[in-house]
Amino acid sequence: MQSVILKTATHLMVGLMLVFAVYVLLRGHHEPGGGFSAALLAGTAFALFAITEGADQVRRAIRIRPATMAMTGLAMAMAAGLPALFTGTPFLTGIWWHGNGFSVGTPLIFDMGVFLAVLGAILSILLALEEN
Amino acid sequence: MKPPLPDIEKPPACCRGGLFSSFLPLALFGLLCFAWPRVANGDIFAVQWPWVPSLDLDLAFRLDGLGLLFGLIITMTGFFVCLYASSYMAGHQHLGRFFLYLHGFMLAMLGIVLSDNLLLLFVFWEATTLLSFLLIGFDHEKKTARENARQALLITGGGGLFLLMGILLLKTCGAGMTMSLLADSGDLIRSHALYPAVFICILVGAMTKSAQVPFHFWLPNAMTAPTPISAFLHAATMVKAGIYLLMRFHPVLGGTSLWMGTLVVIGGATALWGAVQALAPCDLKRILAYTTLMALGILTLFLGGKNVLSLTAAATFLMVHALYKAALFLAVGSIDHQTGTRDLAHLGGLLKQMPLTALAVAAATMSMAGFPLFFGFIGKEIMYEGALAEEMFPAFATGATLISNALMTAVAAIILITPFLQKPPQNMQAVQEAPWTMRLGPAVMGTVGIIFGIIPEWVSANLVQPAVFSIHPDRADIRLAFFHGINLPLFLSILTLALGSLIYRYRILLRHGVETFVQRSWITTPELYQRALDGFLSLAGGFTKKIQNGSLHFYLFVTIFTMVAAVGWPWICHFPAALVLPEIVGPHIAFGLFAFILASTGVVVTARKRLSAIGGLAGVGSGVALIFLVFGAPDIALTQLLVETLTVIFVSLVLLRLPPMDTVTKRPYSRTIKDAGLSLGAGLVLTTVLMGVLQVPLDRTLTAFFENHAYIAAHGRNIVNVILVDFRSLDTLGEICVVVLAAWAAVTLIRRHKEG
Repeated sequence: MQSVILKTATHLMVGLMLVFAVYVLLRGHHEPGGGFSAALLAGTAFALFAITEGADQVRRAIRIRPATMAMTGLAMAMAAGLPALFTGTPFLTGIWWHGNGFSVGTPLIFDMGVFLAVLGAILSILLALEEN
Repeated sequence: MKPPLPDIEKPPACCRGGLFSSFLPLALFGLLCFAWPRVANGDIFAVQWPWVPSLDLDLAFRLDGLGLLFGLIITMTGFFVCLYASSYMAGHQHLGRFFLYLHGFMLAMLGIVLSDNLLLLFVFWEATTLLSFLLIGFDHEKKTARENARQALLITGGGGLFLLMGILLLKTCGAGMTMSLLADSGDLIRSHALYPAVFICILVGAMTKSAQVPFHFWLPNAMTAPTPISAFLHAATMVKAGIYLLMRFHPVLGGTSLWMGTLVVIGGATALWGAVQALAPCDLKRILAYTTLMALGILTLFLGGKNVLSLTAAATFLMVHALYKAALFLAVGSIDHQTGTRDLAHLGGLLKQMPLTALAVAAATMSMAGFPLFFGFIGKEIMYEGALAEEMFPAFATGATLISNALMTAVAAIILITPFLQKPPQNMQAVQEAPWTMRLGPAVMGTVGIIFGIIPEWVSANLVQPAVFSIHPDRADIRLAFFHGINLPLFLSILTLALGSLIYRYRILLRHGVETFVQRSWITTPELYQRALDGFLSLAGGFTKKIQNGSLHFYLFVTIFTMVAAVGWPWICHFPAALVLPEIVGPHIAFGLFAFILASTGVVVTARKRLSAIGGLAGVGSGVALIFLVFGAPDIALTQLLVETLTVIFVSLVLLRLPPMDTVTKRPYSRTIKDAGLSLGAGLVLTTVLMGVLQVPLDRTLTAFFENHAYIAAHGRNIVNVILVDFRSLDTLGEICVVVLAAWAAVTLIRRHKEG
């Protein structure tokens, strides 16, 4: 779409939206947010980018194919369930490491998997629609 | 059918992978030989591992005399077929696939004859059905191959379902799933009210697999498969699975007059029909297919007997047939491979050109015709003894055996004399002898046929009796012998040979007779099958056209209508006595939001431009998101807002490509009324249901649980997210799989539309 205002605004917004998406992803465990919302946010950012610059630019920006991204996400989400099996608990039970003042656990990996899977799905449809 | 030739000029004589692949059957054969002496002495090898204990399904395997007999036949034929195929199929582009299927099939077959659990047997049974489908349709580029493979799959697969029913009915009768213990409850099952049902189900399973009349027609059609497959599946192994099943169930279900009468009649009919039809075709492989029908019929006929003699006849003929039939199939394949045709009219004088193959065929056909000194002679003697000893219809059994044996003698003569001894047709070119890999199988099997014919006592003690004893309680000592004295069976044997030569003399006359009879028959089962299949396909096609008509409007209408009806009907049936409008609490801004949503909906419905309709849609969505926010659900509000944003983008990407709304022809007024009615109905049902729900106090057990456990167990304060990624993470995993799959489907549709 040929619009200077849209183009300029997009260039500023896309980066901000993507950073915000990462923030939403990470804060999700305690505050509103999470992998799914973050993926929607990032998807909207890329949609904006695709409308102004075209699908090819988006492809170049994300570097990997959307389908690969989605599959990586699924694999990550499944892999996040595996450590539980070694401790004798059911598949996908959360395993946590408590560090100095913060905790990290397999649910975070799982949430990142959700993020990638949903974003990959959104991007593949978006790019297929935008491409002519 | 010509063997598949590759693009290169001269195909390799033999592929090394194929040679290598014949080691597996050889090793298994060696293993069985190792166990042979002990099994022949009455020992039993058994192993068992639990698989699905809740279904009584164990990985239970058991090697007894019957299993050994079948196992030896399977692995021996398997070895020769693999060896043979390494030359026959050389240069084919899908060799790896071929040997994979072949080995898979052989292992599944071994699984059938070695499993000691009924459900496990069923699993292997279905495996052979599927693998035979793949093997019959191996030349999948040919339409006939695909059709015949489907036919075999539908018939044997359908029979498999009957077998499963039979097994489950047996369980209902109080029998366990362990096959070796079934015989103990034989009396209980035979006197049970469900016995006829069990019998029919098991029988249909066996009849479809072993191609008994009226399910026989798939077997001759399955000859479209490459010859090694026909030799393996349709001569020596798969079609014998039904016979094996009947043998195994003989001590459980056998001995009743229902069993005896049915098996004798069906077996006799199959034997006669197969033997008569074997006279007609000119295609050597088809002739062999019909003689296989005859053999399967004879085996079924003898399994109808209750006494040891009939069963001994069945077990002996099983071996006789496996030896000569596999040898003949392989030899016919060699002729086809070397000359390029299997048509009797184009063959002749091959004795000089393919002397070793001719020798093997001579040995096999002599055994088939039942000449003295060949194993077939021993088989025929015991067959007549067995037929005369049948409890039900012995005269019919003896007559059917006599006539089909005489026909077999004539067919054996046709197979031997026409291609090898007759004067060659004028245009026939010189051919070479087949490579050794293709000669070894027929030669060895033909030789074994002669050796077994000379030492019948040994065969009897080491192969036949252990097999018969494992399915019959009486350990009657019935030995095969070369000479039984001058008695009725000997007289019948001589009569068979005489009748056979008479039939051979008048074969052309009889061939015409058979052809006209088949053509004029009123209705045949193949026709019935075809009609049923066509009817089913057209029904499915019509149904699909009705419900998948391509109109999005129709799909949505049906979906929403179903939802309204499914919720509305029980709701009307259990409508509460009174519906109270719930007391409205909450901030006043909520009322403003309701008004906003209502106005947006109005915009969507009345819009004349697509863009304004999309705008209205966005208004409804964000209004709903704001309501979530106002009533204290920020997480859902956030997600809803983001989903709405993205939806609007996607919807505009699609809708704005369509022609403007005012250029599209207006919908009829009646349709608008119908749609409006459905929408109002949906709204009404949902609203009243919600009012009803709000009349009962809210159960907060789950909320309380998650509030208490979210931080302690899952280290998170955001309950919604903790539920998504921890407590119910398996659900989430399923959901993201669905999301990715849906995206995949959408992309495929979009791409196809663009390319088309």
